[in-house]
Amino acid sequence: MTAEVTREPEGAAARPVAGGVVRGRLVRPGGVLPIVVILALLLVLIAIQQPDFFQPASLLSFLGRSAPIIILAAGQYFVIVSGEFDLSVGSLVTAQVVVAARLIDSDPGRTWPVVLLLFGFGLLVGVANGLVTTTLRVPSFITTLGMYLILVGAVYLWSDGAPRGGLSDEFRRFGRLAFEDVPLLGRLPYALLVLLAVAVLLLLFSRSDAGRTLVAVGDNPRTAELTGVRVGRTKTVAFVISGLAATVAAILLGGYSGVSFQAGLGLEFTAITAVVLGGVALGGGRGALLGAMLGALTLETLFTLMNFYGVSGALKSTVQGLIILAAVSVGALRRR
Amino acid sequence: MTAAPSAPQRTPAVPRREVRTLRTAVGADPARGVFVALALTLAIGWVVVALDGGQLLNQSSVVSLLHVATGLGLVAAGQTLVILGGSLDLSVGYVVSLSTLIAAETMNGSDSRIGPAILLVMAVSVAVGLVNGFLVATVGINAFIATLGVGLLLKGYLENGYDGPAGSTAPTLVQTLGYQRVGPVPVAFLLFLAVAAAIWFALRRTRYGHHLVAVGGDAQVARLSGVRNDRVLILSHVLCALCAGLAGVYLASRLGSGAPRVGVESFYDLESIAAVVLGGAALAGGRGGVVGTVGGVLLLASVDSVFNQLDVDAFFKQVVRGVIIIAAVALYARRRHRRHRERNGARS
Repeated sequence: MTAEVTREPEGAAARPVAGGVVRGRLVRPGGVLPIVVILALLLVLIAIQQPDFFQPASLLSFLGRSAPIIILAAGQYFVIVSGEFDLSVGSLVTAQVVVAARLIDSDPGRTWPVVLLLFGFGLLVGVANGLVTTTLRVPSFITTLGMYLILVGAVYLWSDGAPRGGLSDEFRRFGRLAFEDVPLLGRLPYALLVLLAVAVLLLLFSRSDAGRTLVAVGDNPRTAELTGVRVGRTKTVAFVISGLAATVAAILLGGYSGVSFQAGLGLEFTAITAVVLGGVALGGGRGALLGAMLGALTLETLFTLMNFYGVSGALKSTVQGLIILAAVSVGALRRR
Repeated sequence: MTAAPSAPQRTPAVPRREVRTLRTAVGADPARGVFVALALTLAIGWVVVALDGGQLLNQSSVVSLLHVATGLGLVAAGQTLVILGGSLDLSVGYVVSLSTLIAAETMNGSDSRIGPAILLVMAVSVAVGLVNGFLVATVGINAFIATLGVGLLLKGYLENGYDGPAGSTAPTLVQTLGYQRVGPVPVAFLLFLAVAAAIWFALRRTRYGHHLVAVGGDAQVARLSGVRNDRVLILSHVLCALCAGLAGVYLASRLGSGAPRVGVESFYDLESIAAVVLGGAALAGGRGGVVGTVGGVLLLASVDSVFNQLDVDAFFKQVVRGVIIIAAVALYARRRHRRHRERNGARS
């Protein structure tokens, strides 16, 4: 169901009594029920306007399109639940897309080495964010803001102000192609499969000892340290996951929409918003990975809904802001 | 990136004798640290620019440095208040843009409407500040999300209504606030110093200021001591938005019209927070001051100026800026951590 939530004595959370525990998990702060309700509401509104949306083919392609932001939100979840921020993911996505285009330079043979390199780069950025935050004790807000400036500046500098080269078709297929003619479903985007793989992997991780340690560190670093957790290392792992998730998102986004300096613009805020919508507390220690991913899906659903209702693209952020404030206010008021 | 020298693993049991070195002098007060960094930046910058065959502190570059500092400074001065209170404001960039538009469109090129325009800007800023404060203090939403949400509301309004510059600022205002100077010092910079002085006074000498620091330091203790946390925080958000509105009026005077993207393109939201933190404030609240912020703003503006003189690529500038921000905060953090450990060591 949901990833483990602390604030609960170990025994109580692990007790296999289905009904009570599940209800508790859904309803208490940090649970996923509110976001499920909001998502259902948005889906009903879509159904009224555009019933075709629920055809398997269009639903699956919608999920495929949402994959990058869901993956980003999943990565951001680990950072936030460990009590930190990662403001560098948007710029990392941009950097990865631009770097990939220049290095691949439309040569299919270079696709896989470059993909490997991108993962190495994502890992490096995550390690840098983590080490600066934990060993130099710079607040992660500042660390990742600095990283954001560095990455954006560096990528413009490196490409002389305009993206060069091109992505190979082999690289782009993850973002835009699909298995055709799948029985029952019709068209199954690769991106959706990538999303499922990443989601399963991260859900397993969040339920493992390491994943639960991460939440404990976010809840109370001092206690975690006294019980023998290496807090710095744990938080660095969270940043690394976020960096790797941004890399996957970059590969999907680059494939879907091509090379541009706007590829990752503002995605850090979208990811953080999604995580918070999913009931995860900023400051750490509370919330579920599933909630964060559902939060991202909800945001994407909201954007789709706005398209269907003909809301002008420019007003998108206003509606987004309103929904976020409303959802978070309800959560904040309920907690009292 | 800073290469951290291998730090001593344990502090000696015998309290170390205080030796007055540059390091202790700097460590004593973060606000002083930023001014040392500023002096070093200017000195090194002066040498480098001189080697390049130019002069760092000539009339035109000082003027442009101070103008850069004015825009960012007005925003950062307000940001200081909310950060001191343990909150922050990510909507300032949009408030700045909105204010340039309100000012320029209301004036519409006529001097007679300066008064109403400024009043309207202030009213809108106060309203935005009230909303921010209400969401953060009364509803209890995390400031990051609350002010981001309000920023998104304003962003949508701006993007929906405006494609480019609009309105026209009154000529008198352009001539005075925009371009008039006393020697090399723009009038607008004096206005910024006046605002900073007023905030300094409010923090040091008024009940509000002391309450604000208390709320930022420990909200629970402040509440139990009889401070009305929500009022203090709401007032801080209103003042912060007012400062951003003022920055908007200044920019409208400088540009001659309203600019719907000026606040975001200048990164006022994140840069103002960086300036405050460079000035020695803790992001968690309770520690910092407007003097440090002025230093942080001047530091960022000086770096800008040095790079402009050297004709450094704009993007490279951004990379260096990122490194500087991280490195400076890392230095403060190291000192603070060491002092903290020494104090704890002395107690045991």
